[in-house]
Amino acid sequence: MAVELGAPHPSPAVQPRAALARVDGPPPGGHHGPTGRLAARVLAALVLATAAAFFLIPLVWLLLAPTKTDHQLVVQSPFAFGSLARVATSWNHLVAYEGGAILVWLRNSAIYSFSGTAIAILVGIPAGYGLAVTQFVGRKTLLVATLVVMIMPSTALVLPLFLEMNAFHLIGNAFSVILPFAFFPFGVYLAYIYFSSTIPPDLLAASRIDGCTEWKTFRFIAMPLATPVIALVAFFDFVASWNNFFLPFVMLPSSNQYPVQVGLENLLSSTPAFNPTIGGSQLAVYRPELALAILVAIAPVLIVFLFAQRALVAGLLAGATKE
Amino acid sequence: MALTLRAPSRAVTRRRHRSAAGYSFVGAYVLLLLAFGAAPTAYALWLAFTTSAGGGFAGFGNFLQTARDFRFIPAAEHLAFYLGFWLVSLVVLVVGLALVVHSRGPRASKALRLAYYVPGALAGAASVIVWLFVLDPAVSPVAFILHAFGWSTFDEVISPGHLPVLFAIMAFWTGAGGWILVMYGALNNIPEELMESARLDGASPWQVALRIKLPLIRKWVAYMTILAFATGTQLFVEPQLVSQASVGIISPSWSPNQLAYVYAFQLDNFNGASAIAVDLLILGLICAVLIISRTGLFEAS
Repeated sequence: MAVELGAPHPSPAVQPRAALARVDGPPPGGHHGPTGRLAARVLAALVLATAAAFFLIPLVWLLLAPTKTDHQLVVQSPFAFGSLARVATSWNHLVAYEGGAILVWLRNSAIYSFSGTAIAILVGIPAGYGLAVTQFVGRKTLLVATLVVMIMPSTALVLPLFLEMNAFHLIGNAFSVILPFAFFPFGVYLAYIYFSSTIPPDLLAASRIDGCTEWKTFRFIAMPLATPVIALVAFFDFVASWNNFFLPFVMLPSSNQYPVQVGLENLLSSTPAFNPTIGGSQLAVYRPELALAILVAIAPVLIVFLFAQRALVAGLLAGATKE
Repeated sequence: MALTLRAPSRAVTRRRHRSAAGYSFVGAYVLLLLAFGAAPTAYALWLAFTTSAGGGFAGFGNFLQTARDFRFIPAAEHLAFYLGFWLVSLVVLVVGLALVVHSRGPRASKALRLAYYVPGALAGAASVIVWLFVLDPAVSPVAFILHAFGWSTFDEVISPGHLPVLFAIMAFWTGAGGWILVMYGALNNIPEELMESARLDGASPWQVALRIKLPLIRKWVAYMTILAFATGTQLFVEPQLVSQASVGIISPSWSPNQLAYVYAFQLDNFNGASAIAVDLLILGLICAVLIISRTGLFEAS
């Protein structure tokens, strides 16, 4: 702390020798002198700044891209700002693509993600509660199964799910993505941890003695206390569903059913810069339009992300119990 | 005995009552678990062990046939290289960055954590397309770096030998920030007195980081590594889109999951697709069991 606030700078005349002396051998007891600390601090700042540049530069470029024409993207500085009018033009081009396909995709994404998340909450919160406060045969098995499926990458089930849906002739049906989105073991586990650690058993016992049934106890005692965990489950399932590519990619073959993530893939294949065979009579989108489509596609998740950072961390940490 | 049979004690009634309530709470979830967890797994297993004609028992035939496919070994190699780069960079850089960020003042560290994690919002196709832009020297914001490597066209940048590293960079861009947050949270859970007493004993910030902080977040590092391995084995969208944008240079069965997709969608060989899917499922399953049984982070009691 003292270092941060007021470490005296060594005089320039002494600095090189002092620095040399400290590089020669490790200082006894691990004490670095002021110069060594300064060097370490500069190094740390450099590392942090490089990392920040790595994470942010592509985003800054993406934000600026729709303000320019495709030609300007190539000839101007990557961080030059074009004009806002150009954003409007890009948007018009984008909306014109396949007669407003981007709007249909956004609507589809909203339908799939919101319905999936709503069912995940209706099903998952009571399940977490049941696992936490009631006893039944098979409870332990169900918990272990939940943990296993939750940790296994969800992509591992995509092709098996496709084969299953195909056997039932449900390919192309919206429920072939909504119901898998609604199956959210991580949410059940979060609710389970929440109800077993935050709701005092005495409170539930008191409610039962007062004559409440288990469901009434859940509805009037547990649910009102569970708002934070409901928000958390909603957040995680919504983001996971909105960003999911592989599942809708295999389940929903026709363009008017795509969610926006699959729509982006479709746009990519219609962008001449990434697909030289496109052109001529076909109505193409260009790089500024593609960049704008990405921004529109990620906007809902980005907004949730920016406002829910705290909740996100709490959830990630709550996903596993502390010792 | 007779008495008990005629009138069960209050405790027994209660337990039965609660047992019934328990089932009603978890019932709908169990249905989803069976329909979208157990059933697809069982069906994939069934397909993987049967023949396409008539559904007779095929033994390991489908597994052998897909493993001998000329695309299988290359896909597995690609995946292994990718996982190597991805896991090493993840462990070294995420832990390193989390430790350095944690040593900053609260204000700076908050801004940095946000900057690192915002790209996490761009999972899926969006992030891959952003990286197609970044990797295209014509429009890239870091074209000077690409030129420094001697690459002047998009095709040179995405040449097959570069792909494992490029996919690792993409995965790092979207995934690392969230893990830095997790590590940071874990570091915050270390009691301040512990580090204070280490400092009083003369430990340098380096020693505090390596000898005190690192061992205390070790199980989180293990958790991250296994989970990232499991997720990494499923690689699909990155090679799929890059292959598409490369117009034929990159194989459409670059990763095992893509190969399974090709089996299902282009070869109409669901049994072969299932065999590869089961290979990958087993990898994921092993990882899940390892995390649950070894890291001690999850308890199911």
